[in-house]
Amino acid sequence: MQSIQPAVAGTLESGDIQVSIYPNPGQDLEIQLQSIVRSQFGEAILATTKEVLKEFGLTQAVVSLVDKGALDWVIRSRVQAACCRATQSQFTWKDED
Amino acid sequence: MVNAVGRELPEKVGSYVVKPYTGIHKEAQTSAPVCSRRRPDPSPRRQSKRMPDLKAAILASGLKDGMTISFHHSFREGDKIVGQVLTAISELGIKGLCFAPSAVVNIKNPSIVDFVKDGTINRIQASGIRGELGDAVLQDLKLAEPVILRPHGARPHAIETGALSIDVAFIGASSADEMGNCTGQTGPNSCGALGYSFIDAVMAEKVVVITDNIVPYPCVPISIAQNYVDFVVQVDEIGDPDKIGAGAARLTKNPRDLLIAQRAADAIAASRLFKDDYSFQTGAGAISIACTNFLAQHTKEAGIQASFALGGMTANIVEMFDEGLVRTILCSQSFDAVAARAFSKSPQIIEIDNSMYSNMYNKSCVLDRLNFGVLGALEVDVDFNINILTGSNGEMMSGIGGGPDVADGADISIVTLPVIRGRTPSIVNRVFTCCTPGTSVAMVVTEAGIALNPAHKNYQMLKEDLSAAGLKLVTIEYLRDLAYSLTGIPKPIETTDEVVCIVEYRDGTVIDVIRRIKTDKIE
Repeated sequence: MQSIQPAVAGTLESGDIQVSIYPNPGQDLEIQLQSIVRSQFGEAILATTKEVLKEFGLTQAVVSLVDKGALDWVIRSRVQAACCRATQSQFTWKDED
Repeated sequence: MVNAVGRELPEKVGSYVVKPYTGIHKEAQTSAPVCSRRRPDPSPRRQSKRMPDLKAAILASGLKDGMTISFHHSFREGDKIVGQVLTAISELGIKGLCFAPSAVVNIKNPSIVDFVKDGTINRIQASGIRGELGDAVLQDLKLAEPVILRPHGARPHAIETGALSIDVAFIGASSADEMGNCTGQTGPNSCGALGYSFIDAVMAEKVVVITDNIVPYPCVPISIAQNYVDFVVQVDEIGDPDKIGAGAARLTKNPRDLLIAQRAADAIAASRLFKDDYSFQTGAGAISIACTNFLAQHTKEAGIQASFALGGMTANIVEMFDEGLVRTILCSQSFDAVAARAFSKSPQIIEIDNSMYSNMYNKSCVLDRLNFGVLGALEVDVDFNINILTGSNGEMMSGIGGGPDVADGADISIVTLPVIRGRTPSIVNRVFTCCTPGTSVAMVVTEAGIALNPAHKNYQMLKEDLSAAGLKLVTIEYLRDLAYSLTGIPKPIETTDEVVCIVEYRDGTVIDVIRRIKTDKIE
């Protein structure tokens, strides 16, 4: 597990999601979700978030999601950006389609 | 039992016996005389009906525990009457009332929820209960009976059959004289048409007019006449003019909404019914207002004039009138300050009774000879059923309004909405709450194309006219698939078995019920 630093991506505008990542050393992954479409898409938002975190190998972190009805592609991109900032890494575009 | 739009309904909810919706114009009605509660007034000839304050008027009206009170919603979010009257009733210790306004406006400080919690109100009937009250009703607020939600056209019918029997009507007016002649057209807090309260004035047992602007006798114009009014009360303020409707609503700059509006107007202009003397109702949503502007352009280009515009009025319909594009405005409600003050311009701009506008069981109503009606919706399903009440998270987003009446009354009813809003799909497999039956909806207009309803009475005519005009026609299933491909398929809203709202159709039958929403538990 690499060391991470606090990072944020995204805004609180309608249709966006704000993703904040904080280090949680020695602890598990903890995800907090606030969403205006939580009852209908809460599980889908969490699944996408977990998938991206796994791709970045982030396991000891607190991740806060404040969702204003973002589409899945937006959520994926915002979580990826937050992970890049948290791990101070560049996004590897060649892995994308 | 299951009704004609496939909704599972209980036989009875509390004391309410459910008459299921059986299809458009299938419900046989009673021919019994109308049930007015109005009585001859035995009191000696009065020279003034003014009462010192609200409490005095409430006591004089004979309001008692368990009775039914009514209001109109023409002051919209700027209403200060409902709050003052309920506070006075609550302070007098009167309990267990049925609150039956034409629609519940989302007032705060005090909120209607407070008066349910303190026991002043224990039943509610309205066209909508948007805002804090609606959300509370769906989640955890306890009432003695389920809320009855009726479209505008069904309310006067319910009053005339006695299903809704009003003991005391409280009517806010922006000007009134001491004998009760009153109007919403003049005064510092003018709201325009009082069309929703005419039926209350005529049918209630007692009528209290509340104003902040007493004018010398006689008040002109007379929207509601003194012969129906028992008491007049002056209060400091009946409303907040900024929230009643400060000016003309601004035209949307959202390119998607403009595209939908343009397309809806193009569909109207493509129809063979778009000719001299056509009639329309567009409404007050962002897309509707933009649509009115595009319709004005088409009308001008075609060199024709509409015979009437109907229902809720906006500044840009008044503008069409000024330009000679529409001959008559029949207005039951004024949506902005320009519309509210337009009546004095011309005798061709007329304040009309909501019952004349929308009640299908009158000797006739204006809606039933409308050519084009433009409607908004939260959701439409593949059967073209419309939900205008409940949002994706189980909140109460809006009221039924006159949508079901317009859809059925108009030759061509046009639902305008975007394919998705945020992550919420607008075109779905099955709407959560059915307010308007799909068979009455002619077409759905979106940014991704127009879906005509094959089950609508004018389908063939529209298909020919819109195809000939080269408008982009798609199927409703295509729009649904597009919506779901963008948002994913939403998890259904979970409910308990407890029915908290009954949704009536314009014929008084039950088109759907709303069950209590389970508060969500994720993680």
